[in-house]
Amino acid sequence: MSVQPHFNGSAVPHDWAGRYYHIDQILNAPGPRTDPAFLAGDEVKDFLRNQVKILVIGAGGLGCEILANLALTGFKDIHVIDMDTIDISNLNRQFLFRQKDVGKSKATIAAEFIMKRVPGVKVTPYHGKIQDKDDDYYMQFNIIICGLDSVEARRWINATLVNLVDPENPESLKPLIDGGFKGQARVILPTITSCYECSLDMLNKPTAFPICTIANTPRLPEHCIEWASVLEWPRIHGDKKLDTDDPEHITWLYKAAAARAHEFNIEGVNWSLTQGVVKNIIPAIASTNAIIAASCCNEAFKIATSSAAYLNNYFMLIGTDGVYSYTFEHEKRDDCPVCGGEALDLSISSNTTVEQLIEMLVEKQDIQIKKPSLSTPTKQIYLQAPPQLEEATRPNLSKKILELVPAGGEITVTASTLPFSLSLRINYT
Amino acid sequence: MIKIWSMKKNEDAAAKKKPKTSAAQIRVQKDLTELDLPATMKTHFSDPADLLNFSLTITPDEGMYRGGAFVFSFAINANYPHEPPKVKCTQKIYHPNVDLEGNVCLNILREDWKPVLNLNSIMVGLQYLFLEPNADDPLNKEAAMEMSKNRDVFLQHVKQSMRGGSVKGIQYDSVIAR
Repeated sequence: MSVQPHFNGSAVPHDWAGRYYHIDQILNAPGPRTDPAFLAGDEVKDFLRNQVKILVIGAGGLGCEILANLALTGFKDIHVIDMDTIDISNLNRQFLFRQKDVGKSKATIAAEFIMKRVPGVKVTPYHGKIQDKDDDYYMQFNIIICGLDSVEARRWINATLVNLVDPENPESLKPLIDGGFKGQARVILPTITSCYECSLDMLNKPTAFPICTIANTPRLPEHCIEWASVLEWPRIHGDKKLDTDDPEHITWLYKAAAARAHEFNIEGVNWSLTQGVVKNIIPAIASTNAIIAASCCNEAFKIATSSAAYLNNYFMLIGTDGVYSYTFEHEKRDDCPVCGGEALDLSISSNTTVEQLIEMLVEKQDIQIKKPSLSTPTKQIYLQAPPQLEEATRPNLSKKILELVPAGGEITVTASTLPFSLSLRINYT
Repeated sequence: MIKIWSMKKNEDAAAKKKPKTSAAQIRVQKDLTELDLPATMKTHFSDPADLLNFSLTITPDEGMYRGGAFVFSFAINANYPHEPPKVKCTQKIYHPNVDLEGNVCLNILREDWKPVLNLNSIMVGLQYLFLEPNADDPLNKEAAMEMSKNRDVFLQHVKQSMRGGSVKGIQYDSVIAR
């Protein structure tokens, strides 16, 4: 697809004189504190504008801002993923969308808008889930920026990028810049700095009310909505799953919650609160989005160009009373389930049985594992407990590892003596 | 380009990676293989290859629910341990903290869940509900009221319901341990 650039109504070459005047102030000469490795001039400009491929995950509140900022900074090969479609309630802050776009793919519309507005920038949309894409897809990018509202999606992309790192191939290390509309921005260098999973216990837990309160003594509109979704929906609909993206389901919940609220003289149940409670929607503020997106894009620019030191590694914006920000280094956790723990390359004879491997692990002086349980990503090899699973996996003890794990395959080992887990890469001699 | 990159593009695609075990999956493996359950609790996996869905049978050896076998279903999703497992009682039982649909009022299953807790803590918590039912957090209001008002009648109701009898017009499932 060719995009015909226009400037004041007439076609112009993509890079007209002075297009990047302000950006070039930074890239033309090193500053007093730039990294000695920074090569000012055409090479870095060419890298930024013609070689870097960047992926934006999420084309919502943060995503729209991020896409606009990247395009205007000079990134020209941008990919964007979003599984959502545009809702009318997005239009107040997701400024790449118009009323006529309601119901269409966020990724597609955002890409079209940016390409129309910023000449020479190619934005490749994908309307779907990040989980649809494999390692080869993520391998093609230099930098990945996330503007997500879901913990689950963040955990997935974080684990994927940590696992992508191949010590033999420096290209496999993809900096991940994560923005959150509660006001945080962070830089994750997978396997080098702390990862998203390292700080999982810092997250606020999802709001949940005691089930006995919502069943018996509701006092808040939220209690009525939770009652409708947690207790009433399964009671009436049995095994039919509640789809929080289905407006008819939300309407059903809203009606049930409103009736209960009426019964208990509680005010404030309405359709959008119902949707907000069941989808766990956190109110987003347009100005916070803009600041966090700017911070993320600033990091992407610094990482791509080496023109200045990048964020190390966690930035928080607190905008409740004026503008206050705090930056700190979140530490890597040794027992992090994703980036912590050890990975060992193990060369064994192709005749080795599972039982022999377990003995090897127990006897290995440097790890000293007691009662290890073993699995591959797709199946259990041997579990020490509970009794039923021990029994079910016991026949594997006499099998050869080769029958269960291909060369180069991975075995996850857990044991109470390990901080979390140990990952073994198996090769055969 | 920060230093972690080499300027030259490496043309070779990285070696095909195998699917990796997810953090939730590893954590569940760790939780399950380190369970420290008393003889009164037993897990059952209808598909031993699926660690994320299983049931737990509690057979209290003391208290007013002694002699019963209570079966709970556990469903764990990919966001474990950020989110707690979904636990339900699969039988219709007469208990102040369990409603007729099998919902369970146990604080660590909802509002007090933390990722540092594990499957063992939930199982111990469930067993505790049978040793010390809590009339202050009722899900079955009738039962809770009876328990605080008239303990002897409540005890009778418990026995009756566990045999599959009905209490106040509601028929309960027989849960007598075989």
